[in-house]
Amino acid sequence: MRGGEMARSRFPGSDAPDLRRSVLAAAVIGVAVMAAVDEIVFHQILGWHHFYDRSTPSVGLLSDGLLHSAELLALVGGFFWYADLRRRGALVPRAAWGGFLLGAGAFQLFDGIVDHKVLRLHQIRYGVHLLPYDVVWNVAAVALLLLGAWVIWRVRSRQGRDAP
Amino acid sequence: MTVLAHSGAAAGPDPLPLAAVAVLAVAYLAAVSSDRRGWPRRRTLAWLTGCAVLAVALGPLAAGPGDPRVHMAQHLLLGMFAPLALALGAPVTLLLRVVPPPSARRVSRFLRARPVHLLAHPVTAALLTTGGLALVLLTPLYAAAERNPVLHHALHVHYVAAGYLLAWSVAGPDPAPRRPRPAVRVGALLAAGAGHAVLAKFLYAHATTLPPGLPERDVEALRAAARLMYYGGDVAELLLATALFAAWYRRRRPRRSAPATERGTDRRRGGPPTRRPRREADRVGPVSRCTGCRPSSAG
Repeated sequence: MRGGEMARSRFPGSDAPDLRRSVLAAAVIGVAVMAAVDEIVFHQILGWHHFYDRSTPSVGLLSDGLLHSAELLALVGGFFWYADLRRRGALVPRAAWGGFLLGAGAFQLFDGIVDHKVLRLHQIRYGVHLLPYDVVWNVAAVALLLLGAWVIWRVRSRQGRDAP
Repeated sequence: MTVLAHSGAAAGPDPLPLAAVAVLAVAYLAAVSSDRRGWPRRRTLAWLTGCAVLAVALGPLAAGPGDPRVHMAQHLLLGMFAPLALALGAPVTLLLRVVPPPSARRVSRFLRARPVHLLAHPVTAALLTTGGLALVLLTPLYAAAERNPVLHHALHVHYVAAGYLLAWSVAGPDPAPRRPRPAVRVGALLAAGAGHAVLAKFLYAHATTLPPGLPERDVEALRAAARLMYYGGDVAELLLATALFAAWYRRRRPRRSAPATERGTDRRRGGPPTRRPRREADRVGPVSRCTGCRPSSAG
């Protein structure tokens, strides 16, 4: 918090740095970007995931539709929210990075556990032994989550020290 | 399907819908030229883009054979892309600016009527667009529209009207009677997008039986059409969401108390400053106020 955020917040009309909103806005972007990566890399480029899997139950179809629609809104809404915080000088950039990692990890874990395993929308890849793929997928998710939490924790503890 | 569909249209596009599009474009341009205060050029551009998209959907695309993929492209353009561009043209605001005050007052009173309020609710609009599409694609209505040209045109009008209603109620710069708060609008857009995505995957999964009643069926082409519907719907939702959140972003702009440098950047981003609060455009007030207002700055 020694950076420009504090200085900017002294201008009249701009807000004090808002750690919570910085984390949340960036987490929304993180979720949406990870969903977009999933769609672009695994569905379109690698072709590992299938558009529709014959074993998908209809409740899976419904939740997939809702989630997909929400991801698109999160992508656009998250960026505008982020831009609004930045414009008002309320953004804490480091905390936002933590939030981004947290959001990305949360989506990856949700996709790996709920979409692939519980709802069985589709699998990571077809015609291969799945276990190593599932393990790598979910371990990567947990790693992102932990990294994000660590970054936010560091920003918070440093902010506590800097406060008068 | 290929033989029966557009049996009359196979010779070339039907001139009637194209004429209607031309009327829309010319009427708007006439109104713009009679507005002495100067109408924002990007609004005109948006409206003409909408008209051009309509013309592509009703001209070249309608002239081709009844391929389900072409049909789907046509539906996407008519029901999603053209309506958003048209709504960003803010035709009602333009109308209020150019007609004499008594007529403007009548338009304003009409917009505040309870049925219009109900119809213009984002939830109603989401139901009409996605629900209407489901009704057409999951029932024999689709096959019937292939045979009956009147029904076919009526469905096209429905697509455009329902799509316009959704774009206007969710993001449109035109005034709307008691427009719900952004959370409700985002929720309606979420539901419409989800319904669209579910419908697309459902059609993909059941391409061998849906839409019902087709005389002949190319399953692979129907699957491709469903995939086009899914991804085309994504693009439309992204555009609509951008219009919605951009309007929110502009309305939240810090005012007055901001330091000079900040105000400078705001002005550069948000176009010329307006004399009144932006919220004005969200309501339909008495005409004396409304004729002075600019469309709120979505898009």
